[in-house]
Parts: sequence; C-alpha cells; structure tokens
Amino acid sequence: MLSCKDATRLLSEAQDRPLTLAEKMQLEIHLAMCRGCRNFKGQIAFLREACKHYIDPAQK
Amino acid sequence: MFAQVPEFFCLACNNGDLGTTKLPMFPFFAMTEHPKKTKAATEHWMDADFVAALRHDMLRFSRLQLRDPAQAEDAVQDALMAAFAQSSRFSGQVALKTWVFGILKHKIVDQIRVQHRTTNASAMAQEEESLDQTFDTLFKANAHWTPVARPSNWGNPAEALEQAHFWVVFDACLNNLPANTARVFSMREFLELETPEICQELAITPSHCNVILHRARNALRRCLEKKWFTAGEQTC
Repeated sequence: MLSCKDATRLLSEAQDRPLTLAEKMQLEIHLAMCRGCRNFKGQIAFLREACKHYIDPAQK
Repeated sequence: MFAQVPEFFCLACNNGDLGTTKLPMFPFFAMTEHPKKTKAATEHWMDADFVAALRHDMLRFSRLQLRDPAQAEDAVQDALMAAFAQSSRFSGQVALKTWVFGILKHKIVDQIRVQHRTTNASAMAQEEESLDQTFDTLFKANAHWTPVARPSNWGNPAEALEQAHFWVVFDACLNNLPANTARVFSMREFLELETPEICQELAITPSHCNVILHRARNALRRCLEKKWFTAGEQTC
C-alpha cells in the first residue's frame, strides 16, 4: 500500500507526465482512504490554476 | 527621425518605483514602425497608462522568474521592443497583454539559459537538502502525514483568485522558495515548458526535475495554507 509520501510524489508527477496504469490504481486506492492526500491533490491543482491566472487575474 | 518615435516607453519608465531603466534604442523603434500595424495594437501602444501598467506587470513577472533586477529589466525591454516591432503580427484574437507576455516568456527563457551557465551546483544541492528536510518533518516514521501536517480542505479556493491581497501572499510565497527551486517551478508553471525541456535546459535528470517540482509544490501549498487559507483562524 502506498504511503502518503509516495502518494504526494505521484500526485505531483501526474501534473508533469502521464502516470502508468499501475500507478494510477495505487493512487486511486490510496486517495479513497486518505483525506490528507485528497486535500493535497486539490491544493496542487489549485496552485496550477493560480499560476495560469497569474499574468492577469482578471482574465478568467 | 527621433520625432517619429513613440514616447510611451519613456512615460512608462518614469512610473517611479521600477528602478533603473535602460533607455530604449530610439532609432531602432523609428525604423521598425510598421505601416500594417493593427489599429487596436497601435491604440494600445499610444496609451501611456496602458503601457506603464503593462510594463509594471511585466517587470513583476520577470523579476519573479529571474530574481535578478538587471536581467529582469533586460528581458522586459527586449520583449517590449520585439512586441512593438512585430505589432503587425498581432492578430487581435487574444488580449494584447497576453500576446506581449508570450514574447516575454521567450525572452525569460533566453535569460535563464544565460543564468544557468553560472549556476553554482553546490548551492543548488544545499537548498534542496533543506527543502527535503522540511518535507520529511511532515510525515511520521511510516511515511503517513503527521496529524498537524495533514493538508486541510481549502473549500472553494478559486474565490481567492479574485482578491488582490491573495496575489500579494502568492508572490511572497513564491519569493520564499530557494532560487533554483523557484526557477524550475517557474519554467514549468509560468513558462509552461514540459519537464524534458526543463531537464535539457538545466542539464538535470528527469527524476531530479520531478523531485524539485514536488518539493516546490509542497512548499508553496504549505505557505498558502499557513498565510492565506488558515490565516486568521483561531487555534483552540
């Protein structure tokens, strides 16, 4: 079973490369059980969103 | 010849708090003014307030990426000159600002290439080690979150994007990242390069690049959590 540390690593890498099927499955199982890592996923998704809006916050 | 030169760069430079500014190459502007420039772009270039605000935002962005005021200034100046010279290519399908920032991003990548040649590898290793140590303190021995470090639910964070003060906090958090870590993060998220391109530019391995991005994201989300999303909450 994936640790939180490994889950955050995969969640980060998922923003940069396609995960393998095995990685995705491990991650989904972990996320289903772990609120902290679900929140981590939402937080880094928001980071990317914020960077996209950085140049002009008014342009959405 | 000088009489034909638009004055907007000078007006923009006199904006006050933006530090020293190199004078633009006036004859270059005069010669490159293009008869086919779209009306919309020309109108914008002649609007001193628009150009001053644009230049201000470009400098803020450029400084964040490069962390070197002189290089940031160079990138902005090069981008403005290129944008003005190429105004005929501006299709008007995106905002002029977005188009100019697209040019600025290329100029920043050029400067990053220059910076990289002088990057001190041991400084890079040192700052990464310190981020690694901080990261490790978030987890128990079994590599699961410690109760206090567990990421919280930010609710509807998109609302923050509308608030001016959020961007002040966001800037501060970005500036808190160690320089090389910030550079990799910026190349990925602001300059929107793919990781293989970043690895190539900085001569680092893909797994190293992944580790740096992971640490950068974690440090940023922790900073935002502390300084924005839970700031003001009372602890019991």
